[in-house]
Amino acid sequence: MELNFFVDYHRCIGCQACVQACQECDTHRGVSMIHLETIRRADSVQTAPQVCMHCADPICARVCPADAIKKTPDGVVQSSLKPRCIGCTNCVIACPFGVPRYTVEVDQMMKCDMCYDRTSIGKKPMCATVCPSGALSYTTLDDFRRDRRGTPVNEWVFGGETVRTRVFVVVPPPTEQMLIQLTTAAGGGAGPDTPADRDDVASLLEGR
Amino acid sequence: MQSLPTSPRPPGSVGVSPADGSARHAGGTPTLPGGMTPARPGPFTFSTACSLGAGIVMLLGIWFGSRGLRDFDSALVWYAGASVFSGMGIAYRYSMWLQRPPTRLYWRRGWQFFLNPARLAWNSGRLAGLFWDNFVLQRFIERRAPLRWGAHWLISWGCLLAAAVTFPLSFGWLRFETAPDSQEIYYCYLSGIRVLAFPTDSFVALVLFHVLDIAAVMVLAGISLSLVRRALDRGALSVQQFANDLFPLVLLFAVSITGLMLTVSSHVLHGTHHGFLSQFHAITVIMTLMYLPFGKFFHVFQRPAQLGVRFYKDAGAAGEPARCIRCGEEFGSRLHVEDLKLVQAQLGIHYEMPDGTHYQDVCPPCRRKNLALIQDGMWRAASLASEERTHG
Repeated sequence: MELNFFVDYHRCIGCQACVQACQECDTHRGVSMIHLETIRRADSVQTAPQVCMHCADPICARVCPADAIKKTPDGVVQSSLKPRCIGCTNCVIACPFGVPRYTVEVDQMMKCDMCYDRTSIGKKPMCATVCPSGALSYTTLDDFRRDRRGTPVNEWVFGGETVRTRVFVVVPPPTEQMLIQLTTAAGGGAGPDTPADRDDVASLLEGR
Repeated sequence: MQSLPTSPRPPGSVGVSPADGSARHAGGTPTLPGGMTPARPGPFTFSTACSLGAGIVMLLGIWFGSRGLRDFDSALVWYAGASVFSGMGIAYRYSMWLQRPPTRLYWRRGWQFFLNPARLAWNSGRLAGLFWDNFVLQRFIERRAPLRWGAHWLISWGCLLAAAVTFPLSFGWLRFETAPDSQEIYYCYLSGIRVLAFPTDSFVALVLFHVLDIAAVMVLAGISLSLVRRALDRGALSVQQFANDLFPLVLLFAVSITGLMLTVSSHVLHGTHHGFLSQFHAITVIMTLMYLPFGKFFHVFQRPAQLGVRFYKDAGAAGEPARCIRCGEEFGSRLHVEDLKLVQAQLGIHYEMPDGTHYQDVCPPCRRKNLALIQDGMWRAASLASEERTHG
């Protein structure tokens, strides 16, 4: 049975276990590649993890002038090849998910590689292993459907660009695509309003 | 690993074809009605021309450098032939690589900013500094891992040292000869011009006669360090591949060890099996030269692009910054973002949003936050809808 990665942002409790565990990955020892975003630091405790979504046709690789980003046959997009990466940061600012990191000291782009040292031999990625809330999970589709609510979706629309990913995001049914527009925590901004929640700290502070 | 954006696809035709079935063309070549394309040389034609051009230049270089083949050593003709073939392969792949939209843009911009007359002097000084730091010392590799640096430094400088001697020798540009009036003096000629004279029992002679042995020892030491790292580093173990990571080491080992065996045969074994060993060594060198354009060693030719990127970044930092349309924070240079939009258009990446904004103008942290907020919003909407259904 094929194992899949599922991200459920709204389950994140901000414990940082994933950030610490990520550093244990052997392909980037001591450096955490996962992003843990605090959505609005000033007035909300909401946090969200972001791993590489491992696109089927990765935009990071397409815009790479050095041809340094490769995908394994099992669909995992790797960090840039050390001999080739020229540190241009095209991938960093072109990735629709904001995943790649450029490290100045080593002049190289590195990113989440789904703990390839582990997943390539059938183990779970470090972050999914330690996540206590199920925001990050690595299991089969059948097990996911049996144990969890929500629909896993791996098709994203960024304006005119449709991106399919190896990693799924968990959304309410019957969603089939993630239509990405700009939005902010309080529901303002360029995109559609986020439905106001009477218990949401940010919304309360803004008098919504 | 799967090679995403490279051959056999034309440059620029990365990934799958668009849903409408139309092909992507190198450099954004427009498709005319009826599926016709404008009549202009395709990427393969251009690269074939570059390859042939490189071959002709190398042959002319051999002809003139060896004074009409007068200094050409016919015993080295296989090395020279393989070098020309390798040069043609490198030119082919390099020109294909340069035709990819992002590569072409960086190439053009890098030269544009470097050759800016107002900054040329400063840029030249910076280039010298970057060359010393990145190529001579290879400090950026040292910062990645000292063991990797040690292995890479020894292999790269061992190979460059050997190349600096063997290519001029096999092309007939470099020639050694004893002095007409003394067997104790050696002359070194470069394209027929005497550039060095030294006694055969001097230290210079010792170094010059054994420079390839020195290079071989450096390469073998580097290979040893590399194998230690590749055997112990669990990260490397998980991603390394035989064809891409180990085969180059096998080739370099074969070249170095057979080269050293020639010396051992001459100096220790009184020439035992020297003929066989020289043939064997030639085969390993020719195999390595053939591998040069198509395997891991090609990074030697790609890597100087790193210097152009530095000048591009300098120019970007001196100009207007890019500000995120969501949070207003700076996240790079306006130059870089606008150039990237051009590249994306050429590659068929469409980040234009329905509201007229461009997703490329959103900073990476805001992209991550945005994704989480959208998903969160969907769950809230579903929850509210459920509540409404429950309470009427």
